Amino acid sequence: MKELWDIYKKGLIVENPIFVLALSLCPALAVTSSVIVSLTMGLTVLFVITANNVVVSLIRNLVNPKVRVPVYIVSIATIVTVAQLVLQAYLPDLYKALGIYLALVVVFAIILARAEVFASKNNLVRSFCDGLGMGTGFAIAMVIIGACREVIGNGTFLGFQIMPAAYDAPLMLILPAGAFILIGYLIGACKILVERIEKSKA
Amino acid sequence: MGEYLTLFISAVIVNNFVLTRFLGLCIFFGVSKNVNASFGMGIAVTAVMTLSSTLAWLVYTYVLVPFNLTFLTTVVFVLLIASFVQLLEMVIKKSVPALYNMWGIYLVLIATNCVVLGVPLINVESHFPLGKSIVQAFGSGIGFGVALVLMASLREKLRLADVPKPLEGLGVAFILAGMLALSFLGFSGMISL
Repeated sequence: MKELWDIYKKGLIVENPIFVLALSLCPALAVTSSVIVSLTMGLTVLFVITANNVVVSLIRNLVNPKVRVPVYIVSIATIVTVAQLVLQAYLPDLYKALGIYLALVVVFAIILARAEVFASKNNLVRSFCDGLGMGTGFAIAMVIIGACREVIGNGTFLGFQIMPAAYDAPLMLILPAGAFILIGYLIGACKILVERIEKSKA
Repeated sequence: MGEYLTLFISAVIVNNFVLTRFLGLCIFFGVSKNVNASFGMGIAVTAVMTLSSTLAWLVYTYVLVPFNLTFLTTVVFVLLIASFVQLLEMVIKKSVPALYNMWGIYLVLIATNCVVLGVPLINVESHFPLGKSIVQAFGSGIGFGVALVLMASLREKLRLADVPKPLEGLGVAFILAGMLALSFLGFSGMISL
């Protein structure tokens, strides 16, 4: 149990997919201008990465190593198509807001990387925990970025006005340039945090 | 003719795919450590993107739409591009080994990449005819290359700078990209499509 918790936990901060591993950066910038959209994207990726880890772990002894990457890609693409159809049917507004980036979940490096590095070598339960942990870490990072951009750049949180009416929002954070700069500083902050955690362990 | 020129300039500068639509960031931050490599990468991406967009457009229009299979677009495009890049690699390796030695390694990296998949998808979604799709793909490739080379030259300068420790590496690269995006913002409104 302790071991499974450790597998889950490492995706949250120490190996956070966005801030530390720096994989799958496209969505972290492109769909984080509001909290609700970032959350949807985060949960979608959480679902895809967990489901894919399970599938890859189940078929890991059947697949010839030479063709493993195409097989993983087909598996990911199928799961993403399922997610796309579900979102389109039940949450059409959010589906529109995510736009092309939803289809691009297929090529997010983090999903293929987890399949290759972890799920293809570990059993079902451990792969499931790894997917869940990495997905949660991804979703948390997305929500943090989304919250910073929405609160500072627009003065709202989940659509509610939380800043005083006189607050003059710097539009820059909603624009692409602001996203880059904000993530730069967040990566720095995460580095400090990881160092503190490792120091307290030592 | 004018329409195509506008589209081209818009794809290269105004709607630069890296700096305004955030596609291909993994390569953008991974390869931009030196200028020569980014030059090669820019050329490889432009070539692959133009060819694979054409291919993807043909498959979408003549296979997926007539058979009512558009819900499979994502799956089909990913496989199409990955296998096409693999094929291209083999052909170049056999026929032009010199070219392969120079730029072959970049081909492997772009087989499954946001920007290479993204542009054909955007073309299909905006219902572009074939000519426009090709122009848009070619322009986006050039725009990607321009951004990559600019970023690489900036990062080479940055090596001499005294950066605060937590921001070293990726952190400061992002802030730099932000500044670059800010300056590209100056072009917005120059062309309206």
